Amino acid sequence: MLALQGDFEAHGTALRLAGADAVEVRSADQLSGVDGLIIPGGESTTMLKLINEEGLFDPIRLFGQRRPVFGTCAGAILLATGVSNPSQESLHLMDIDVERNAYGRQVDSRIGQLRPQGIDHDLEAVFIRAPIIRRVGPEAQVLASYEGDPVLVEQGRHLVATFHPELSGDSSIHKLFLEKIGENA
Amino acid sequence: MYLDDAYRLKVGLAEMLKGGVIMDVTNAEQAAIAEKAGATAVMALERVPSDIRKEGGVARMAPISKIREIMHTVSIPVMAKARIGHFTEARILEALKVDYIDESEVLTPADEEHHIDKRDYEVPFVCGARNLGEALRRIAEGAAMIRTKGEAGSGNIVEAVRHIRTIIKEMKQLTVLGREELVHEAKNLGAPLELVQWVAEHGKLPVPNFSAGGIATPADAALVMQLGAEAVFVGSGIFKSDDPEARARAIVKAATYYKDPVKLLEASEELGIGMLGLDISKLHESELMQTRGW
Repeated sequence: MLALQGDFEAHGTALRLAGADAVEVRSADQLSGVDGLIIPGGESTTMLKLINEEGLFDPIRLFGQRRPVFGTCAGAILLATGVSNPSQESLHLMDIDVERNAYGRQVDSRIGQLRPQGIDHDLEAVFIRAPIIRRVGPEAQVLASYEGDPVLVEQGRHLVATFHPELSGDSSIHKLFLEKIGENA
Repeated sequence: MYLDDAYRLKVGLAEMLKGGVIMDVTNAEQAAIAEKAGATAVMALERVPSDIRKEGGVARMAPISKIREIMHTVSIPVMAKARIGHFTEARILEALKVDYIDESEVLTPADEEHHIDKRDYEVPFVCGARNLGEALRRIAEGAAMIRTKGEAGSGNIVEAVRHIRTIIKEMKQLTVLGREELVHEAKNLGAPLELVQWVAEHGKLPVPNFSAGGIATPADAALVMQLGAEAVFVGSGIFKSDDPEARARAIVKAATYYKDPVKLLEASEELGIGMLGLDISKLHESELMQTRGW
């Protein structure tokens, strides 16, 4: 997990529940020791600033050209190609455009139910000041939608969720990401 | 009881703020500086604690126009303070749709016996605590995040250290007690047994545990985080220093690399002079903010 800021510990718990080893990554050299990277929920502006200041921007992009990356909420914003409300720099690892805080403020945060493709049961989706994916490129595939908007999208080895699977105690989506790591190996 | 969806969303936002720095701001310009420096959230207030201390008078919820201006300026969460027990100030902040309300001892208390019943608000609350009993009473009332009180506006970390150490030690002690001892301990702590049992089983609070009150340097932030705080609030420490932007950036870096002395050295370089700070032992008891709250 990228451990600059946010709920990376919750991702660690979910990964261990799904049967993987989880380590915290705070520097570029630590990327060489992991098979996949999760960019957690948190504040995307804070994470982006630390990614730039600590020289992690290009190393994460290069890592993403070889290895799977999974972003939740703020992580999805960072993996996107276009970001609005307001616009900010991003890693361009997924061909999607996202609008930040698109549901509104914290009082508009919500919990929904989803049945993503490839998962055999309903999943809870916790949206916290969540972004909305406004454009999905031709290479990307929508695995789940909520109220008509894509919320779980994959593109090749990468995966993004605008909600927080790490806060639900169900590790199905983390298992899906581990499968991607397995296929990539 | 504590795990309904509405409460989980409140705690969820606190989860997102972990490992970050929440900065006190009094206007849109400061809010923009804080966001640019990497703050995970800003706390809107009328005067920073050190000015409240200096100027005296009644400290209230910030003017709505100021809070609104800050909400329009930044894309990160905006928190605002309400007076202890002042449930109408809190309802007004909720109607304004701030992202978090701090029922704060920094403002002049509106009720000297009761805190706000925070459970039936849509907006989450953070409350200060000096010890485990206080933390659990606030959680029982519905707080979704706890922060140590420290001594706001002092620029002196000693009280924040005392409070985080106390809370962590009291939690550790519960984990070795038997069930019958927990009943007695709940009585001593003045906290609901259900929450005391939860802490005894998990060894931590059921909500994120942050630190506030006296953090003025990157080293201060790293200190309280090494002691167990999961994020920090910085009040007067930033905008009362002579280099707010650099200091804000440095404290953000320290919150991420709190265990890495080399990074902490980098964060501590090239900082100007921090806020002067106060010797807490020289303050009269009536000047303490931490003793507000019940």
